[in-house]
Amino acid sequence: MTVRGKAYRIIIHIFLIIGSFIMIMPFVWMILTSFKSVTEATQMNPFIFFPAKWRIENYFDVIRQNNFLRLYYNTFSMIFWRVVCAVAFSSMAGYAFARLQFPGRDFCFGIVLFQMMIPTQVFIVPQYLMVDKLGARNTIFALVFPGLVSAFGTFLMRQFFRSIPAELEQAARIDGCNIGQTFVLIMLPLVRSGLVALSIFTALFAFKDLMWPLIVNSSTDYATLASALAKIQSAYTVKYNILMAASVLAIWPMIIIYFIFQKQFMQSVTTSGLTM
Amino acid sequence: MIYGKKKTKINEWLWGWFLIAPTVIGLVILNIIPAIQTFYLSFFKSGDFGRGNIFVGLENYRKLINDTQVWYAVRNTLLYTLLVVPVSVFLAAVIAVLLNKNIKGKGIYRSIYYMPVIATPAAVTMVWRWLYNYHYGLINYVLKQLGLNPVNWIDDPRVALISIAIISIWSTTGYNMVLILAGLQEIPAVYYEASNIDGANAVTQFFKITIPLVSPTLFFVVTTSVIQCMQVFDVVYMMIDVARPSYDSTVSLVYLFYNNSFKYLNKGYGSAVVMVLLLIISIITVIQVKLQKKWVNYMG
Repeated sequence: MTVRGKAYRIIIHIFLIIGSFIMIMPFVWMILTSFKSVTEATQMNPFIFFPAKWRIENYFDVIRQNNFLRLYYNTFSMIFWRVVCAVAFSSMAGYAFARLQFPGRDFCFGIVLFQMMIPTQVFIVPQYLMVDKLGARNTIFALVFPGLVSAFGTFLMRQFFRSIPAELEQAARIDGCNIGQTFVLIMLPLVRSGLVALSIFTALFAFKDLMWPLIVNSSTDYATLASALAKIQSAYTVKYNILMAASVLAIWPMIIIYFIFQKQFMQSVTTSGLTM
Repeated sequence: MIYGKKKTKINEWLWGWFLIAPTVIGLVILNIIPAIQTFYLSFFKSGDFGRGNIFVGLENYRKLINDTQVWYAVRNTLLYTLLVVPVSVFLAAVIAVLLNKNIKGKGIYRSIYYMPVIATPAAVTMVWRWLYNYHYGLINYVLKQLGLNPVNWIDDPRVALISIAIISIWSTTGYNMVLILAGLQEIPAVYYEASNIDGANAVTQFFKITIPLVSPTLFFVVTTSVIQCMQVFDVVYMMIDVARPSYDSTVSLVYLFYNNSFKYLNKGYGSAVVMVLLLIISIITVIQVKLQKKWVNYMG
């Protein structure tokens, strides 16, 4: 490599490292503050970036006072059911829209496209009123409710099914599989990467969503991690060490999952971009 | 034989209807009917929790036009979008181009830049509020060390929207970067090799090959970012309470919708606000699709 090429690469690295520092710094600061005492956190001195004593009790306090175990349970139940529904119903509908001929198909697909074009806030008030009428406020079901079906998932799965060569399907049908068997035994395994991408999307969306859990489950017993943080913030206003401990507790599960399934996370983003 | 064909055809119909039934029924109940209801509600003044609705005709819309807060929200939302989308997409494109050069540690950089995307906005905003803190925040501390005046990031009405935009840029750049990087990797190396032979330099290659060939991805990134920005809620909600002095200069349309529908319990007026959002998003989308023909280059 030429000297100029080498210098060029070093400049790129410096730029990328500065960028990485900006990306990581808020997380680092979150963790450092979460182990400090209030006085330590509000004392600004370059020598106390690190806590004098790592106060793990901040975490115990926030877990006990806000019933974090319950929040984890609520959040993961919501994510679990939303992923199950999205994967099951979207793959069924996606397959039918991509591969089968039947009357009303294009009209029904129009409904899918319509939902994708409308901002979700348009649906929220009537969805809330429905949950209220069912007497289902402050339940896990209420958290799952808007995610029972997924227009985005249907569209995504349709794209995946369309990309599979027709010969495989025809061969299965000649071998005597009916449509249901062909779908479950032959086609579903071929779109595994689509199902993974859809699961990640659904999980991440549900995990980050704030407005719906805030509206529908006002009781702290049925809050999610995101909506509980909003309440914790107004309760602890200036105790930044406690607030940071709560934030760490709210994000670590997804960060761990992300680092384990990094490749799948990246693929889920790129497939959504390339299939649209 | 003809009978058999007909039977398989009807069989296929039945399977089709059966497979789409849960999704289509679900979408009708959860989305189609609610969309109509929201439109309908926007002509009513609602009592407590939707009970006792009184038909008021276009009154909500008349009120809306004379409501300064609605105009603030429209301005703030558009300004926020104009701040976030260009900066986020530009930074994402630069980082993607750099990472596409087979740089060492590409995977590590990519995972770091993507990390903010994974974090809950509620948690992220709390940290940034702490970083922005006027007296004890890390950012003002650094400014002081550099000999600059501290900034009132949260309460200064002239700054607060920029502070919010910075948080959003920080948390969306990684997502856009991954998309653009994927688009860049789709460009066949042959184009670059051919232009090397023709003696084109890196800058010419960037503008004549990279930009046109990655333009479909850029279009997707820009349109989705714009739509998401227009719906901003979490960050503003977590950062600016209704009582803060910077509320008027940061409230977004969705935040205003939330406050009217669920805080002041006037779902009719809230619905009218959300109709304004729908209208603005539709207009922007139409403009983008029209402009697309001018700069987006589809290979196929």
